[in-house]
Amino acid sequence: MNIDHIILTLIVFVPLAGALLLALLPDRGKTMQWAALAVTLFTFLLTLHLPFHYSYANPSGVFQFEQNLPWIASPVIRYHLGVDGLSMWLMVLTGLLAPLGVLISWRAIDSRKKLFYILFLLQQVAMMGIFVSLDLFLYYAFWEMSLIPMAILISTFGRTKRRHIAAIKYFLYAFIPSALLLVAMLWVYAKTGTFDLPKLATLAAQHAISPSSAALWIASLGFLLAFSVKIPVFPLHGWLVDAICEAPTAAVMVLAGKTALYSILRFSFAIFPEQSHRIAPLMIVLAVIGIVYGSLLALVQNDLKKLAAYSTLGHLSFITLGIFTFTVAGLDGGIYQILNHGISGGAFFMLLGLLYERYGTYDIREYGGLAQKLPWIVTLYAITTLSIIGLPMLNSFVGEFLILSGSMQSPFAHRHILTALATTGVILSAAYMMRMLQRVFYCDLGSKPQAIAGWDLDTREHLALWPLVVLFLAMGLAPSLWTRSIDTYGTAVNAAILSPAAPTSIQVTSLQTTAGGAR
Amino acid sequence: MNFHTSIIALLPEYVLTLTGVLIMLVEAVLKPGTSRKPLGWLAIAGTTAAGFISYYQLRLGTLTAFSGSIQVDAFSVFFHLLIAAVVLATLLGSLDYFEGHVNLAGEYFALVLFGAVGMMLMTCSVELLMVFIGLEISSISTYILAGFRKGQGTAVESSIKYFLLGSFATAFFLYGIALAYGATGSTAIAAIAHGLATSATPHMAFLALGMMIVGLGFKVSAAPFHVWTPDVYQGAPAPVVGMMSTAPKAAAFAVLLRITFSGFPLMEHRWSMLIWGLAALSMTIGNLGALKQNDVKRLLAYSSIAHAGYLLVAFTAFPAAGISAACFYTAAYAAMNVGAFAVVTQVGGYNESLRTIEDYRSLALRRPVLAALLAFFLLSLIGIPFTGGFFGKFYVFNAALQSGHVWIVIIGLLNSGVACFYYLRLLASVYAKPEESTEALASAAGSSTVDLTASLDSTSAVAISVPAGIALALAAAAVLMLGILPNHVLHLANFASASLR
Repeated sequence: MNIDHIILTLIVFVPLAGALLLALLPDRGKTMQWAALAVTLFTFLLTLHLPFHYSYANPSGVFQFEQNLPWIASPVIRYHLGVDGLSMWLMVLTGLLAPLGVLISWRAIDSRKKLFYILFLLQQVAMMGIFVSLDLFLYYAFWEMSLIPMAILISTFGRTKRRHIAAIKYFLYAFIPSALLLVAMLWVYAKTGTFDLPKLATLAAQHAISPSSAALWIASLGFLLAFSVKIPVFPLHGWLVDAICEAPTAAVMVLAGKTALYSILRFSFAIFPEQSHRIAPLMIVLAVIGIVYGSLLALVQNDLKKLAAYSTLGHLSFITLGIFTFTVAGLDGGIYQILNHGISGGAFFMLLGLLYERYGTYDIREYGGLAQKLPWIVTLYAITTLSIIGLPMLNSFVGEFLILSGSMQSPFAHRHILTALATTGVILSAAYMMRMLQRVFYCDLGSKPQAIAGWDLDTREHLALWPLVVLFLAMGLAPSLWTRSIDTYGTAVNAAILSPAAPTSIQVTSLQTTAGGAR
Repeated sequence: MNFHTSIIALLPEYVLTLTGVLIMLVEAVLKPGTSRKPLGWLAIAGTTAAGFISYYQLRLGTLTAFSGSIQVDAFSVFFHLLIAAVVLATLLGSLDYFEGHVNLAGEYFALVLFGAVGMMLMTCSVELLMVFIGLEISSISTYILAGFRKGQGTAVESSIKYFLLGSFATAFFLYGIALAYGATGSTAIAAIAHGLATSATPHMAFLALGMMIVGLGFKVSAAPFHVWTPDVYQGAPAPVVGMMSTAPKAAAFAVLLRITFSGFPLMEHRWSMLIWGLAALSMTIGNLGALKQNDVKRLLAYSSIAHAGYLLVAFTAFPAAGISAACFYTAAYAAMNVGAFAVVTQVGGYNESLRTIEDYRSLALRRPVLAALLAFFLLSLIGIPFTGGFFGKFYVFNAALQSGHVWIVIIGLLNSGVACFYYLRLLASVYAKPEESTEALASAAGSSTVDLTASLDSTSAVAISVPAGIALALAAAAVLMLGILPNHVLHLANFASASLR
């Protein structure tokens, strides 16, 4: 049976159907966990359909598995879904993280399981929707929708009494810029009469959206601001630490980064190529500040979650840096690094959650000497840490290397200084990760491990973690499996944004050889 | 022929009036102790019939009756249907509300129906004096309904406040009519539009319009004419608030649309600035006022002020898009607000023992279905996608933006950001765990968990009655349908908009 034409709809709506199913099932024993696991696994299998049936020969901008139906007559809104090299692996990643999130919450969430898993599945629906929507309006609907389950998850299942503040902070930080995004979108619609992304991209390439460059500039800022808050980019990260500290593990795994970075790549770059080029120097500087600032703060944290939060800020800033260089290497590396961050960061948060489950604290000072007691956990911890640091042969190395080499070739001023500064982030991340590893697992036995017995990984936890560890290696050794589709996108954006600016045919080829060499 | 049209044109109103009169007659012969529920079912049947008749009128095209003072067109039918739906949901939701508390509940059903007659009359009148009569009919019954929980201080306060300020506002409206007559020589809306072109006193005509906007602004509780709203909503019975925060407002908006767009189209550049100010003020005052509220009904009262503001934004747009956006928003707003107040009715009960946000704490544990519905209505009020509220806002702001009013859109959307805060506060409370102190106790001593569940049981003993359940389901279905498949209602709204221009 050929399901190519409805596969995307299935991927979006299977979790929704699952959420309805969970609402009807009785919340007894482990019913919720098993049902949620079944639904998320099934969704993951559906997402795997994409890479196996994707036609890699197609250039970017050609969407596959498309579905394009009229939804609302006036204003013209269509149910337009599609996938290209950019979004395909992101969907698989989202699909993969969901069952792992369920596995890791198995015991951690012990009351109000029904509410938790329903919200978790709704979050899944919203994220999948974001990745497949090619109609601005439809996209916006999913984008807004993604805020709600997350805010309720944080506010209901948060760890401390600060959970309400964290949830409201998260919601307002995301919602208010989204309101401006809506204004910008409506303005684009008023000018062009369409919400359809491929059409808008064509119009943008012909400079036909609006003759007023000032208005276009403001609209592009409306888009970019909403996305930057959600990544977050340096001065807009106020919500991140609170949200990460409060949110339960499964929610944290999908909290930051992916959707917003994707949105910049998909919408900002396509609809506002020139404006994106104009703002890029600022974004690059902010990204470099974010890298250094996040890494330095991570160095002095005594709370594991806070450390992870600042480390997240640093790593997401790396990605921002990469994509705003508009070089093929930077774009490819950035997108690859989104995937890496998803799995490495996800694994890291899962391991933190496991420790918390055992010892009930995130305070580094109360740990110590765990290595002798929990050999499996320490092994996986070390591998994950090395992956985050960017050890060669593991996944993040490829991404970070590409990003830095892209940044070195970027067409903007002061690129050498900025790249050098960004590189300190790699060193600093090694420093804080090693410090953390040493103080949690080595040294003398800490107060908590002395008081509480703890136990090593059980089968369920092994099942949740090993797939990611295998992926670390696979993505570090054979990145071309993934970059094959990503590269079509990176090359297209590079050509669209940089080529009109400068006659650089030599530069482009040299970039490609470098990028290829790096791989 | 003429006689025939007169009957057809006002048939929904006739049906409702006759049902209301019948209810009052039966009420008089029923013994004091007997249940009044059959009367409620009678009222429901009458309202349903009136709704179907209105829908039937849609096929007849534009009807004019009573020497041109009544005009039944798609626009009036749209609002007739809306009012009938709101009244129906209110009646269903309050069928059991007065049971055992008030002796003469039959009056309540009759008054609701009479109120509906007045509102419907307002939407299909094209003669200002006729509008005034409709306004009075609907106002007087809502004044009485506001104080229907007899013997409670807040109810009396609510009723008197509403009555005094309301009659003051209607006086403004009447004065506006008189001035319009002076300036243009007529009180018929079409004739006013005609007379305006040749009027020797355009300033007086504008003053007339201003007076009428003041009168109607009071009815829709637009700032700065909103001061009555929180107090009245707080004191009035919850199902009545559900109705009076939606149906009379819808009627008043319909009148305002008729007067502005078809009575004073020549002055659009002037009154649109006036309404621009009202909209910005209402949104801001409503949302800022709601931030600090602790009583759920007061909170929803301020939220309704804000929503009046969002709706007024549609008036600043070009007629074609603006009118249909306003119609759609009215429908979406009615669905979600009626739903929210239906939940409040169920939670609070007749005595409104649970009023504050703190009282709503962990409602999700006690009554999960009710909490989920409340969450859904609140999300719609915030304007989250896939709900009617989102599309309502979307159409309104889109219409305003296409007419070049960027700033009001930005003000509006920032306001909806502020609005999230208080809706979320309520929502967070609904989904919060039971109070920290009890939680701490429970963990300290295992025995206190028993007390906790016992106290939860005592409050959750009340089940939702079947009619109230139907009302809630209808409201939720309407909000969802407007959010996912808005095409049909939008089509009707466009049709209504076309018939008004």
